[in-house]
Amino acid sequence: MTAMTDTALQAAPAHAARGYWATVGRRIVRDKVSMACALILLLILLGALFAPWIGLADPYQGSMIRRLRHIGTPNYPLGTDELGRDMLARLIYGGRLSLLIGILPVILAFVIGTSLGLVAGYVGGKINTGIMRTVDIFYAFPSVLLAIAISGALGAGIVNSIVSLTIVFVPQITRVAESVTTGVRNADFVEAARASGADAFTIMRVHMLGNVLGTIFVYATGLISVSMILAAGLSFLGLGTKPPEPEWGLMLNTLRTAIYVNPWVAALPGAMIFAVSICFNLLSDGMRSAMDIRN
Amino acid sequence: MFVYIARRIVYVIPIVVSVALVCFLLVHITPGDPLVAILPADASQELAAQLRIAYGFDRPLPVQFGLWLWRALHGDLGNSIATGRPVLAEVLRAVGNTVTLAIAAASIGFTLGLFFGLIAGYFRDTWVDKVATSIAIAGVSVPHYWLGMVLVIIFSVQLNWLPAVGAGPGGSGSWGWDWEHIKYLVLPAITTSVIPMGIITRTVRALTGDILSQDFVEALRAKGLRETKVFRHVIKNAAPTALAVMGLQLGYMLGGSILIETVFSWPGSGLLLNSAIFQRDLPLLQGTILVLALFFVFLNLLVDIAQAAIDPRIKRS
Amino acid sequence: MTEIIEPIDKLEPLPDIGGVAQPLLQVDGLTKHFPVRGGLFAKSKTVRAVDNVSFAIAKGETVGIVGESGCGKSTTARLLMHLMERNSGDIIYDGRTVGRELSLRELRRGMQMVFQDSYASLNPRLTIEESIAFGPKVHGMAENASRALARELLGKVGLRPENFANRYPHEISGGQRQRVNIARALALSPRLVILDEAVSALDKSVEAQVLNLLVDLKREFGLTYLFISHDLNVVRYISDRVLVMYLGEVVELGPVDDVWDKPAHPYTRALLAAMPSSDPDNRTQVPPITGDPPNPIDPPSGCRFHTRCPFVEAVCSGESPKLSDIDAAGHQVACYMFIPGSGHSKAPPTGAVAP
Repeated sequence: MTAMTDTALQAAPAHAARGYWATVGRRIVRDKVSMACALILLLILLGALFAPWIGLADPYQGSMIRRLRHIGTPNYPLGTDELGRDMLARLIYGGRLSLLIGILPVILAFVIGTSLGLVAGYVGGKINTGIMRTVDIFYAFPSVLLAIAISGALGAGIVNSIVSLTIVFVPQITRVAESVTTGVRNADFVEAARASGADAFTIMRVHMLGNVLGTIFVYATGLISVSMILAAGLSFLGLGTKPPEPEWGLMLNTLRTAIYVNPWVAALPGAMIFAVSICFNLLSDGMRSAMDIRN
Repeated sequence: MFVYIARRIVYVIPIVVSVALVCFLLVHITPGDPLVAILPADASQELAAQLRIAYGFDRPLPVQFGLWLWRALHGDLGNSIATGRPVLAEVLRAVGNTVTLAIAAASIGFTLGLFFGLIAGYFRDTWVDKVATSIAIAGVSVPHYWLGMVLVIIFSVQLNWLPAVGAGPGGSGSWGWDWEHIKYLVLPAITTSVIPMGIITRTVRALTGDILSQDFVEALRAKGLRETKVFRHVIKNAAPTALAVMGLQLGYMLGGSILIETVFSWPGSGLLLNSAIFQRDLPLLQGTILVLALFFVFLNLLVDIAQAAIDPRIKRS
Repeated sequence: MTEIIEPIDKLEPLPDIGGVAQPLLQVDGLTKHFPVRGGLFAKSKTVRAVDNVSFAIAKGETVGIVGESGCGKSTTARLLMHLMERNSGDIIYDGRTVGRELSLRELRRGMQMVFQDSYASLNPRLTIEESIAFGPKVHGMAENASRALARELLGKVGLRPENFANRYPHEISGGQRQRVNIARALALSPRLVILDEAVSALDKSVEAQVLNLLVDLKREFGLTYLFISHDLNVVRYISDRVLVMYLGEVVELGPVDDVWDKPAHPYTRALLAAMPSSDPDNRTQVPPITGDPPNPIDPPSGCRFHTRCPFVEAVCSGESPKLSDIDAAGHQVACYMFIPGSGHSKAPPTGAVAP
């Protein structure tokens, strides 16, 4: 075997070996857009979490005499709403419910949809047909219509809004998970693992999850953007949160009557939804290209 | 080709039945007795029992579904509780206005989307690409109901150029393609067009990039073809997928119009759905969703067939 | 071969039970039919991917399988590895029938496979060391021992462990990856290795190096190979005996030199005649076979080659000819021209010794 140990054969890449996820992480940290988005989201999230302790006004305390102040009013940097409540406090507090009802459905759908998709993709056959044909039914509805139909039938409320959005996203994530899983399942390295005698569970854990979860995760991150818009939209219609809770969609709804008096204050809650939504979209794009390591 | 169309149509039947089932069940996941919405508040026990039998709510669910489906097949979706008029007539009248809105929005969104997508894909990684992709990502991320509000603030409140709500003189029933009506359409249509614009830009950009990096484009250039001709090949290859995405987006606009129609009080199917939800008008809710979903399924079918007609690769499978 | 593993916790190869006389692998009537769902207006059909294939591999020999793409070579390999269910047929490993006397798990210790696509057959998320160590761990080997084994084997396939153990598949070349795949296959101490087009995707120079490596490893570990390839030169170089497959059936089988020098089946002759020659004076002028292979969904009745055979006669479209001996050295062919009294005009008379 001496002929084999020639230098050409031993030629290996110059840089030190690094794990796949470490490389992806390094690439995403170097991406300015993704980092800026992550920072904005982090600030909004921290603001929402620590809202009671950062010296904000009471978001529920209104006053008839100081309704609809303009942006830049002393003590009310972002003005006041139609009941005289401080907009800055309500926008920051609003992150609590808005992020919850926007993100939780995607997390739930990620767990359910990934499980269904993995099973459908790995087991195949009749189980696959059963799961995927059921998913097809939900694809026969535009997602906005489905969310509103379920919400409308269940009635207004935070839980119902989360349930209906979860139902909307499960089929979408299931489809992605199923197609990625099927692709990986037929890869030769999974065949090789089966040939080595490993059981389905071990193959799933060692060889499949690492290759499918990333793609599904990136897809789900992009869905958060849609989910934020839809969740706030349900509240905007009166199907989600109820007054007097600060929540961006609901705030947008109650401030609609004020657009002739104080239009720019009325538009603020929507700007928050927009900011969160675009940041999740850009972050999802950034992760996708960071994970595409062969380019 | 014929076999493909036939197979595709047969495949739609179980979907249609399932969609009907989901619509039917919607009423039954509603908390409480479905009768509550129909009964007057002071109804006696006897009246409740009579109505229960009259509406068939005493039968087993599968039987109820069968009867409901049978009537639906004959165009009978029941009567609206709020107005007493047949649901189907109400829905179809409203859908007409939604179609008007969707067509106007599609002509704006598709044109811009195709334009941005093609130039972004063709001039990949230049400033043109960056501007177009930024517009696209803003388009898919913007809460469209908020954008509608902002447009109203700018063009109705501040500038007073365009009306903020409604569908013009004569109300919901008398649409006409004149400026008196069209000026009511401008803002809702622009608002509706943003999402499809963004999605089509992104799709077409990716398609164009992929096609341009393929070997056959290299070969076309190598044989001395002018760039405009090369571009024609790119468009031809991108068309089937772009068409499919546009069809899907048209469906979303028809079915997902509720938020925008609420913002602009546009008298379409979305506004009808909104009032059905808040007046607990269950037959109207059920009927509107069924009609919209069937529209969507039918549109998907048309898109598949159209795609097969222009893409030679699909016919074989 | 025992000295390669640090004896902390090692995988012994399956014991030699039947001795030299017992074939290591015996395949009996192996059959795989794929149902093809008919369209809306068509009834469902069957692809006869592998049809009643029988052969044996002696201990220590290399058997080649050749044939056009789609003839069932790779399906045979996957059936032997139990990566897909077979419709019927027995697989007997060293005298023990798989599924009865020999468990699937034991079989996988005794038989391993190297795939064609070196990149697709390695998990992109695992280091090379982890990929090789996976199999031994599945079979109960300790973490440390299996990693030590992986490094040991990397050395055996000519890759310095300190350079390669922590690499990811996308960081190394195709030839290096295929060496890794060979090491991975050897990690379970198999006695039989199936090489499914294992060198076909490599550059010619790299291919030669890997072939030499395979020859060395075979000697060092006392391996038996089933070598599947469409490259006739490579098969001749490495094989002792060869099997020619056409549309899911074995049409000829025998020692590689006999088959190459005296091909009997018209298909084998055509296949060999189609071999590109590096000698310009020896160029093939006429196409040896015309037409594409028939669709395996609807294989022709009788001898499956009769639709393309220059010697076709009435008898050929009747019953399917059986593999029959044509000499004492184990050269067998499934063709009526060699079956005495078959009714084919070129067949030897009844009772006559084969030509």
